[in-house]
Amino acid sequence: MAEFLQFLISGLTVGAVYALVALGFTLIYNASGVVNFAQGEFVMLGGMVTVFAAAAGVPLPLAGLVAVCVAVAVGLLLHRLAIEPARGASAVTLIIITIGASILLRGIAQVMFDKQFHKLPAFSGDTPVDVLGAAVQPQSFWVLGGAAVVVLALYVFLEHTVLGKAVLATAANRLAARLVGINTTTIMALAFGGSAAIGAVAGILITPITLTSYDVGTLLALKGFAAAMLGGMGNPLGAVLGGLILGLLEAFGAGYLSSTYKDAFAFLVILVVLFAAPQGLFGRRVVERV
Amino acid sequence: MRSLMNRRFLTLAVLALAIAVLPLVFPSSYYFRVASLVWVSALAAIGLNILMGQAGQVSLGHAAFFGIGAYAVAIGPAHLGIPPWAALLVGAVLSAVLAYLVGRPILRLKGHYLAIATLGLGVLVAMIISTESRWTGGPDGMPVARLALFGWRVSGSDTWYWITGGLLLAGTWIALNLDDTPTGRAFRALHDSEVAAQVVGVDVARFKLQAFVIAAVYASLAGSALAFMNGFINPDQAGFLHSVELVTMVVLGGLGSVVGSIVGAAVLVTLPQALTVFQEYEHLLLGLIIIVSMIFMRNGIVPTLSALLLRRGRS
Repeated sequence: MAEFLQFLISGLTVGAVYALVALGFTLIYNASGVVNFAQGEFVMLGGMVTVFAAAAGVPLPLAGLVAVCVAVAVGLLLHRLAIEPARGASAVTLIIITIGASILLRGIAQVMFDKQFHKLPAFSGDTPVDVLGAAVQPQSFWVLGGAAVVVLALYVFLEHTVLGKAVLATAANRLAARLVGINTTTIMALAFGGSAAIGAVAGILITPITLTSYDVGTLLALKGFAAAMLGGMGNPLGAVLGGLILGLLEAFGAGYLSSTYKDAFAFLVILVVLFAAPQGLFGRRVVERV
Repeated sequence: MRSLMNRRFLTLAVLALAIAVLPLVFPSSYYFRVASLVWVSALAAIGLNILMGQAGQVSLGHAAFFGIGAYAVAIGPAHLGIPPWAALLVGAVLSAVLAYLVGRPILRLKGHYLAIATLGLGVLVAMIISTESRWTGGPDGMPVARLALFGWRVSGSDTWYWITGGLLLAGTWIALNLDDTPTGRAFRALHDSEVAAQVVGVDVARFKLQAFVIAAVYASLAGSALAFMNGFINPDQAGFLHSVELVTMVVLGGLGSVVGSIVGAAVLVTLPQALTVFQEYEHLLLGLIIIVSMIFMRNGIVPTLSALLLRRGRS
């Protein structure tokens, strides 16, 4: 039982990070139709900037804030300099552009920081908390709580503010949104900025557990992308659930089956899910008429 | 029709001429090596272009087949006693069979879902290769026995230059011809509109699967050639980044353009070699160049340039 609980909590912790990455994917995808492969780099920036700001003597909370601001600036620049000029290009061209952006950001991080692994101190100490026999790192609660706050904040923003409704309208139908007077370019910039902030928060929260380096983004982007797909592309709730499910699959797969094939396990399940339900678990079924 | 035949002949002639003449200007054997790398990558890119450019399907895991071809010629002779040339065939057949089996359910998926499914396949194959170290040497890779044909041990970067050049010519010839067969026309119909293709009686599922299998065999052969040439192989060849590189070659050169794939491969292979001077900034510049060229030549280098030339010619 204690073992089961241990896997459950570590799975949820990792899953929460995947969920945030997937949520970032979904936000940008809904507003602009772009699948942003540079999403993982926002997570990397969150962790790396915090580490280096903290090392320069900035108090940890302030360092985190700096990191989020840097990531948001990068997100806005990405939209303004790489996505906006390529407006109207095909989906696969846009994917290549974001892959180029991901390589570029990794290159910049490698030059500005270094190639080493870095660690942040856990926010509230390293003494494990006993939960029904399972030893849980306090940082896990920070990750889970932080993710919950982000999800809740995003929900309130989308459902209860005029700007949030404009984002939803743009996601539903860009042309119609423009017709009712929504500046869709601003909305897209907002989506890139917001998505970068979400990624950076995920990076700051998880760094005390998993360490960070200039190239952690790639695998995170793959997992986040997979989680978004698993939940059904474009569905924010699906993205969160997809992320949590993916994290749990990995933790239980590593715990009970084989830890060397931990990463493989997730992708295997995704293949099976896509075979059975081609629109993802919570995606809308699109009926094609001929 | 006639002009089409001529253009195809012209393309092949120019390519053959380029392969024949380039060695005259190569100052050292290093250039032979880089050029062979271009030919091998171009071969894989041309195959992928049949799937992406002609049949309109994305594959983000194509390096998996490249890796299968490469590891087949490494594992076959070392562990199973299969002669190297036969291992190459085994690799190609394995890739074709895997593409056939996985392609059937995968190719039902559309757009991003197809992208993630192929990506998943690629990640799985790469992970198996780097984990089963008893067979594959794990993340460190493994040596590959020299190719021997009728007692002739193939070695030397100039020899491999001619072999890979010949392979590329053959691959280009087949791809160009395919364009003009009922299969090629079916691929293009698929690309333009799946529904319309279905209405005029194209068996959509069958042709997608064919394109996937053809692309897999191209990649597998390219992988085998690279393994023989380098005499060494590591799991990076099957990894996600290599898959991305292959897709970038195709899109950068121009979707659907056979010449484009060769140009795309040339750019992506030679660029890092040229950038090693700026070692530290290699990734930074590579990313920048990809972004800038995709923004300003969003249809790819070859289609953009040829449209430009046509306009220039007319005015």
